Amino acid sequence: MSAPNKSYDPVEVSSLQPDELDQARDEALAAIAAAGSLEALKETRLAHTGDRSPLALANREIGALPPAARAEAGKRIGAARGAVAQALKTRQAELEEERDQRVLVEEAVDVTLPWDRAPRGARHPLTTMQERMADVFLSMGFEIAEGPEIEAEWFNFDALNFKPDHPARTMQDTFFVESEDTGVVLRTHTSPVQARALLSRELPVYVVALGKTFRTDELDATHTPVFHQMEGLAVDEGLTMADLKGAIDAFVTGLFGGHLPVRLRPSYFPFTEPSAEVDMQCFVCRGASIELGAEPCRTCGSEGWIEIGGCGMVNPRVLTAAGVDPERYSGWAFGLGVERTLMFRHGVKDMHDMVEGDIRFTLPFGMEI
Amino acid sequence: MRVPLSWLREYVDLPAGLTGRELAAELIAAGLEVETVDAAGADLTGPLVIGKVLAIEELTEFKKPIRWCQVDVGNPEPQNLICGARNFGVGDVVAVVLPGAVLPGGFAVGARQTYGKLSEGMICSMREMGIGDDHDGILVLPADTPIGADAIELLGLRDDVLDIAVTPDRGYCLSIRGVAREAAIAYGLPFRDPAAVELPADGAESYPAAIADPAACDRFVLREVRGLDPAAKTPLWMQVRLHRAGMRPVSLAVDVTNYLMLELGQPLHAFDRTKLTGPIVVRRAAPGEQLETLDHVKRALDPEDILITDDSGAISMAGTMGGLTTEIDGSSTDMVIEAAHFDEIGIARMVRRHRLHSEASYRFERGVDRELPLQASYRAVRLLAELGGAQVVPGLTHAQAPVPPVTVAIRADHPDRVAGVAYGRETVLKRLSEVGCAVRGEDVLIVTPPSWRPDLTDPNDLAEEVIRLEGYDNIPVRRPRSVAGRGLTPGQRLRRRTGRALAGAGYVEVLNYPFVSERDWDALQLPADDARRGALRLANPLSDDEPLLRTTLLPGLFRAAVRNIGRGSADLALFETGLVYRPRPGAPSRSPRLGVDRRPTAAELATIEAALPDQPYRVAVVLTGDREPAGWWGPSRPAGWADAVEAARTVAREASAEVTVTADQHAPWHPGRCAALHVGDTLLGHAGELHPRVIQAYGLPPRTCAMELELSRLDPGFTVQAGHLSTYPVATRDVALIVDAPVAAASVEAALRAGAGDLLESIRLFDVYTGEQVGEGRKSLAYALRFRAPDRTLTAEETTASRDAAVAEATRRTGAALRA
Repeated sequence: MSAPNKSYDPVEVSSLQPDELDQARDEALAAIAAAGSLEALKETRLAHTGDRSPLALANREIGALPPAARAEAGKRIGAARGAVAQALKTRQAELEEERDQRVLVEEAVDVTLPWDRAPRGARHPLTTMQERMADVFLSMGFEIAEGPEIEAEWFNFDALNFKPDHPARTMQDTFFVESEDTGVVLRTHTSPVQARALLSRELPVYVVALGKTFRTDELDATHTPVFHQMEGLAVDEGLTMADLKGAIDAFVTGLFGGHLPVRLRPSYFPFTEPSAEVDMQCFVCRGASIELGAEPCRTCGSEGWIEIGGCGMVNPRVLTAAGVDPERYSGWAFGLGVERTLMFRHGVKDMHDMVEGDIRFTLPFGMEI
Repeated sequence: MRVPLSWLREYVDLPAGLTGRELAAELIAAGLEVETVDAAGADLTGPLVIGKVLAIEELTEFKKPIRWCQVDVGNPEPQNLICGARNFGVGDVVAVVLPGAVLPGGFAVGARQTYGKLSEGMICSMREMGIGDDHDGILVLPADTPIGADAIELLGLRDDVLDIAVTPDRGYCLSIRGVAREAAIAYGLPFRDPAAVELPADGAESYPAAIADPAACDRFVLREVRGLDPAAKTPLWMQVRLHRAGMRPVSLAVDVTNYLMLELGQPLHAFDRTKLTGPIVVRRAAPGEQLETLDHVKRALDPEDILITDDSGAISMAGTMGGLTTEIDGSSTDMVIEAAHFDEIGIARMVRRHRLHSEASYRFERGVDRELPLQASYRAVRLLAELGGAQVVPGLTHAQAPVPPVTVAIRADHPDRVAGVAYGRETVLKRLSEVGCAVRGEDVLIVTPPSWRPDLTDPNDLAEEVIRLEGYDNIPVRRPRSVAGRGLTPGQRLRRRTGRALAGAGYVEVLNYPFVSERDWDALQLPADDARRGALRLANPLSDDEPLLRTTLLPGLFRAAVRNIGRGSADLALFETGLVYRPRPGAPSRSPRLGVDRRPTAAELATIEAALPDQPYRVAVVLTGDREPAGWWGPSRPAGWADAVEAARTVAREASAEVTVTADQHAPWHPGRCAALHVGDTLLGHAGELHPRVIQAYGLPPRTCAMELELSRLDPGFTVQAGHLSTYPVATRDVALIVDAPVAAASVEAALRAGAGDLLESIRLFDVYTGEQVGEGRKSLAYALRFRAPDRTLTAEETTASRDAAVAEATRRTGAALRA
């Protein structure tokens, strides 16, 4: 190898001749174009751009040229090398693309294969329905109040203005614990939580109670001895039936969406006075099915309205028994059956499905309702 | 209460075209729960006419006797009719349905060939016309019924009947009188009171009677009739009304008392006078006293029972059911009619004690108008005279006890304050007057409720009357005021997370009844002294098989699993969360019934709570079949004891708690495959594979696993603190330790942790090996240890030293030897 620039060779090396250079370049370009694989291209690169390649050698000779010739030769060699490098890059990209195409096709799998390997779980819709209901009340600032399922008769009846021997007491067919005179029963409704909340909390009280309740009904398509209730209670200064209606409207909107009309029908519960049954317009037919000749509605039985629960103004006697001054405070209560709501909101036909624990019933309900 | 519209119309002039459904809507708005409106006879179309039987020919050639009749129905030619009934003769007046008509139930009538004749219609029974159950013979009408008249109109074959579920506060609506009054108010029409009859002067005393216990009965009225024609029939119009109201006609005397009870709401009782001995006394039962009631049941009476008695002893259970010895029968002619007002609670208790419900007791329990007995008894004797030819014996017996008048003071604006509506004083007065109250006063109204409304005792009762009659629909809606709630409690959030975590781990929630059986304790292999056997018992279980209240969630879960397997779901992971009920040792056997006129004291409340059991919240799972199914990825993985233990960890993690697992022996688990679950020193519960005998007893598949723990014992009130994240590299060391087979992996791991010191970041058991290479009765446990320092890159020497210290501690505690 010549030492750089110590002396000037008066004769230009052959490789610097323009036609030699063009030939070397063209050979390189042809070899690159002919390279059929990434491996072949790698060899081609070595042969035509490696240290011993004609273009590399020519590049090295530039220094040996007389200064006057250097610029012109450098330009030509640079152009040739650039063309080769560009061709290599392009071909490299082409060959990689080809390889990817081939390999990724080879690696294809049947993505329709089933993968039911991890077991699927679900929460019971009665549980999630209670949570959903609670959430509507929680969003209004209510808290969840709790009470025992085995309850004292005083809380379940007396404190709620069920007078001893009044027919209202026998209407709620009661499970008695141990004997009929222990004063201990399975709670027949969530209402004893009203008395407990009023006794244990600071006023004003805004709570919702949810949970299991019990009555001596045999299991059939529409009855179950163990069922669930939800009940909202507000006791504050100046509450009226207008507030009760407002809260029920908000609840129905929260649970069913839209703005379904709600109506109250006078009724009787010992622990509220005045009392009412609560109907909401059917969320399926929106009342249209009552018209003559209209499509019958299975959800409301073409009544146009669905009975959802009971409500009323807390009987002042209940407030008195819980130590709340009925002259200063008033309140409302609104309760409903969770099973019934689940039945009409989700088309459950038979109570058995909700109590038997058949996973085929529960699985589709997932984690939320 | 079944209320025929035609009966109401007798006391209110309701609009002519008004339908039952329209009326029902108004009554519902006023607070009567009209359940159904039965349009009786709505599907009936004529012609159905009155006819007179002209001739009868007996046809005898058939299997049963058949009559070929000619009946005058007002046409020039008589109607030819085949009839199978035999209870009529020539000259009788009957109802005839003619071809083209449709009878109730959609039965179309045509002229048809039968028994060799062309029958041009049919002679009708009461049942065929929908006005009775009688189908033994055809209906024979009074001789003066006009021939050819339209029977549909004449016999009242079309009527709308409202079925009303009367709430317990509205006893007065258990009568036509009460419902008619509500209908009159609803339509703003005058009401004619069926009880408003002019009574004759009292005159002489009738059959002697006295009230011995004024707390049991505050009014007792007797009137007498003599010479009733025992053959007298109840007129058709009364039979039809009784039928529409859901009662069967029996005999004139019984029908009259029932009819008046339905119309007025006053139960009446008729005694056969000739069967009475000596004066009647209303008193409580004597010890050991008995009475055989009309339903032929001999009843042992309770000293609290209210009785009607004469010299022979008890003759009737007051307001509930009469006795057999003084019953009127087919030959009774002389009668004593009783109309009384009994104590509501006394009747209610008697009904419950004897499980003896009657139309009469149903009304007395809900409050009967105390002012009715004089009128109702008078109407009864008048009807018996008019319809049965009896003579009314002048005079009456009237025993009564004084009753204090009831008044309620109410601020005139009280209804406004309850409803949130400005009704104004005039509206309040008008509405209270409409329901029968007498009202005086200005700002504070002194209200005397009517005698038929014993439910009106409080200001809010009166407010409700005003508000319901003004219409609940007219109460405005006020948007809820915003209150500052604190959201869910930590415990409530933990319960939600528990359900989500288990469902996320592939468990399906079930909600079982909490009823269990003594047999469950044996099936669970519980030792005789196991606390779970001490379950509370229901006094009135639905099934005698399951009278106990659960102390464990497992039996319900096992039954749910078996049910699912029976329906073809063999791979199961079920969970339940809920209360169990644990009696407190030494708890009082009774919870006191405190008063309700004030807040109970803290001490009084404590006595109530003391009788209640502990009711902790538990969570349990059951697993059977495959946890992962076989598939194209490989073989299945059956559910095992480790899944059950992991379920406990899944739950505990939701409380940020680390479960310590130790081997235990605890029913119903397999003694060699049972883990006790602790957090700190607190026992949470157990998990593992079930005992084979338990599996057999419940019919579960072999190797079924379960977990049960007490969620109430987890502390939900934690706050996670963020740790320091070292960014220096991790150093790993694997160690394999050989220990004796019974040594618990958990204790080896605990020793490694303790020995490794602070540099240990994590430890994981990645292999367990038993076999020749480690020798009989030994096992090899392979652990991956990860070390990291918070402030520097560990040197190889430091890492090795920590590893060696860990192994040394394991050797010291468990005899572990490093595997070569």
